Amino acid sequence: MNLAEQDEAFRTEVAQWMRDHLRGKFECLRHRGGAGDEDAFPALRKEWEQELAAGKWTCVGWPQAYGGRGLSVAQQIIFHEEYARAGGPGHIGHLGETLLGPTLIAYGTPSQKARFLPGIVAGTEYWCQGYSEPGAGSDLANVQTRARLDQTTGEWVIDGQKVWTSLAHESQWIFVVARCEPGSQGHKGLIFLLVPLDQPGVEVRPIRQITGSCEFNEVFFDGARTSAENVVGEPGEGWKIAMALLGFERGLSWIGMQMHFEHQLQLVCKAAREAGTDKIPSIRARIADAWMGLKVMHYNTLRTLAGGQDGSLTREGYIIKYYWSNWHRDLGKLALDALGPEGDIFIDDFSRTRLQQVFLFSRSDTIVAGTNEVQLNIIAERALGMPKEMRPQKPTTETRV
Amino acid sequence: MIGAQDFSLTPDQLMIQESAAQFLDDRSASAMVRAAMESASGFDASLWTAMSQDLGWTGTHIPEAYGGLDLSFVELTLLLEQMGRRLACSPFFATVVMGATTLMMAADHETKARLLPQIASGELTATVGFGARGVDWDPASVTAVAEPVEGGYRLSGGFRHVPDGSTAALLLLVARLHGEIALFSVNANADGLTAREHANLDRTRRIAHVTLDGVVVDSTSLICRGTSLNDALARVRAMAGIALASEQLGAAQQCLDMTLAYAAERVQFGRPINSFQAVKHRCAEMMVKIEATRSAIYGAARFVTTTPDTASLLLEAACAKTFASEALFFCAQEAIQLHGGVGFTWEYDPHLYFKRAQASSQWFGSPGTLREEVAISLLDAARPVSCQ
Ligand SMILES: Cc1cc2nc3c(=O)[nH]c(=O)nc-3n(C[C@H](O)[C@H](O)[C@H](O)COP(=O)(O)OP(=O)(O)OC[C@H]3O[C@@H](n4cnc5c(N)ncnc54)[C@H](O)[C@@H]3O)c2cc1C
Repeated sequence: MNLAEQDEAFRTEVAQWMRDHLRGKFECLRHRGGAGDEDAFPALRKEWEQELAAGKWTCVGWPQAYGGRGLSVAQQIIFHEEYARAGGPGHIGHLGETLLGPTLIAYGTPSQKARFLPGIVAGTEYWCQGYSEPGAGSDLANVQTRARLDQTTGEWVIDGQKVWTSLAHESQWIFVVARCEPGSQGHKGLIFLLVPLDQPGVEVRPIRQITGSCEFNEVFFDGARTSAENVVGEPGEGWKIAMALLGFERGLSWIGMQMHFEHQLQLVCKAAREAGTDKIPSIRARIADAWMGLKVMHYNTLRTLAGGQDGSLTREGYIIKYYWSNWHRDLGKLALDALGPEGDIFIDDFSRTRLQQVFLFSRSDTIVAGTNEVQLNIIAERALGMPKEMRPQKPTTETRV
Repeated sequence: MIGAQDFSLTPDQLMIQESAAQFLDDRSASAMVRAAMESASGFDASLWTAMSQDLGWTGTHIPEAYGGLDLSFVELTLLLEQMGRRLACSPFFATVVMGATTLMMAADHETKARLLPQIASGELTATVGFGARGVDWDPASVTAVAEPVEGGYRLSGGFRHVPDGSTAALLLLVARLHGEIALFSVNANADGLTAREHANLDRTRRIAHVTLDGVVVDSTSLICRGTSLNDALARVRAMAGIALASEQLGAAQQCLDMTLAYAAERVQFGRPINSFQAVKHRCAEMMVKIEATRSAIYGAARFVTTTPDTASLLLEAACAKTFASEALFFCAQEAIQLHGGVGFTWEYDPHLYFKRAQASSQWFGSPGTLREEVAISLLDAARPVSCQ
């Protein structure tokens, strides 16, 4: 078999597996659990992720030594395409699989790898991301959550508050960026810690969001503890790890995301035809725009995957987040305009509620993982080499006292 | 399906891109563009000789059998991007993109063997005239008529917006013959042919109104007719649209680069204006549109080489051309704005790009027309949504 034939055979294999397994009790998960639908059937979705694991279909891009399949980029693309085409549900484990796992593979100790990677691969241990705080959103380096080493037990003790923590209520572990050197500022003196959520010093409070559902949470730490072995990298160099992790945010997961977008646009076309709004010239033009934008996103991802394999961002890589998030936000508005007045009414038809979710949830797309404004700063400064934003000198903790 | 590996440029392609950029930086710098723009022909003859005869660019996508270099459409788009960047005033687009591609798609072996080598070598300039309305290439706009006469045909009718129509030596013209469309080759010096240049906005590319008043051509001048011509021209329209989009991409990139350079120099409120976030964000938005367009074109150009059905190719072209038209307009507009008062002067370059932006946005489908084409396919024909 030549390479192209092998890839086609692989495509058939994935499609067949999905046909054989995404059925029976899992049938109801088709196209569910995407962004904005994160709270759909969580228990069943976890079971599904274990089903995937049994078929060796989790973490397919990870090296085999860590339980992955070590698939080539081309095959990972095929996997994501076929998974989404079959209506495979969103993964509750995606933060572990796409963010923490690769970070541990790159920076974790052998024992951290041995302890944490298998649970991610098996779909039995779920992770959430403890970056944002009330005072540290766009200005992530301003985190104030504190971590101090308890000399007697050798454990790290954590106090502070995280916010907007997606899926904390479904997770057993959180990775936390905290300040381990009192009085330090900005990027310095930070630590990257792996912290179990199921302990007395941790409280997770759901936040009700614009969709009415609760995907994200506030997480309070009050003397929470984690073992000294759970520091990734060196204490004080947490920023490096935190940024490396964000670097993994780009890449193949976009392919899968785009397939969901494709499905959503299909729903929009259907809705427009049913509501008769497909005859309105401006709706027609916007649907055409949405399709063309999707196409560009697809090509943009292929371009990114073709270049910059060394992990450095290429020009097209810089625009991806800004591009897809604005595209998706526009799709959300288009979806409801295509439904017309019916868009205001909730009925028990998922093809409609999905569009209503997209309308509402896509408002977060231009905020999460770097707001539009922050993305434009990054493009201007890193890709175009324009001057950095001026940062006023912050008063240190000492001078404030 | 196109894979990621298809998106990396080969070392040869990178070299073509780089050397074209350097060559045009030297030979089509602003002062030269302005001189060409004000000359009678509208182009710089020495630049044209260098491009066509010394560098052989005219043969880029023409098969070796017809005297060309037999490179792919991707290489052609790389060259066009650089020409667009420098607004190179030349008959390249009309001759190579429109003329040669039309012959490649529509002509028989004999005609190709007669005409393509002359185009490849740069001896022959050519263009295509489609209809009375403009450059949308809508078969309904064909109003010229051909009637059979002893030994050939007699042609009458008008063609608007013919690129380089008053300088091209060979005109490929579409007329109605017994109700169906037919493509004829007509020499510029044929009796009864007049080409009058329009006074147009974008002086870097001349267009003409061509009139045929009982022009008699021999029977070998009929190149193609009927459904096969319709199919061929649809494909040429798609390819020309992608090619023009590449030019627009280059022009948009230049608008951004010009603006970045200016914003780094210009000081207001005691700081270079490029340190203001409002300015930075505008530049970043320009880059977003440019890179999105670049992806659209890379994808579409690779699609051409994998020869799928024409309907899909037209959708690819619609996407590339819409993105490019809007990116260039946006970037040219922002270039004027961010240059402030000098952006409004004749002396600074943004207006040249701004005019190119408007004129080129109307060719091979305006964004409005192209969006409707996509909408017909998605909504009326209910073609499944697929981005691959
Ligand atoms: C659905 C959702 C899920 C999330 N999940 C997680 C998660 O799992 N884990 C986690 O750690 N975080 C998560 N977040 C948090 C997210 O990363 C932050 O919301 C985001 O980084 C923005 O920070 P902020 O909310 O504090 O807004 P702010 O930083 O306060 O921004 C407010 C406004 O000011 C603008 N602004 C800020 N700085 C600048 C500047 N320098 N120049 C110009 N404008 C500026 C912003 O663009 C924005 O418009 C989630 C958020 C959402 C909405």
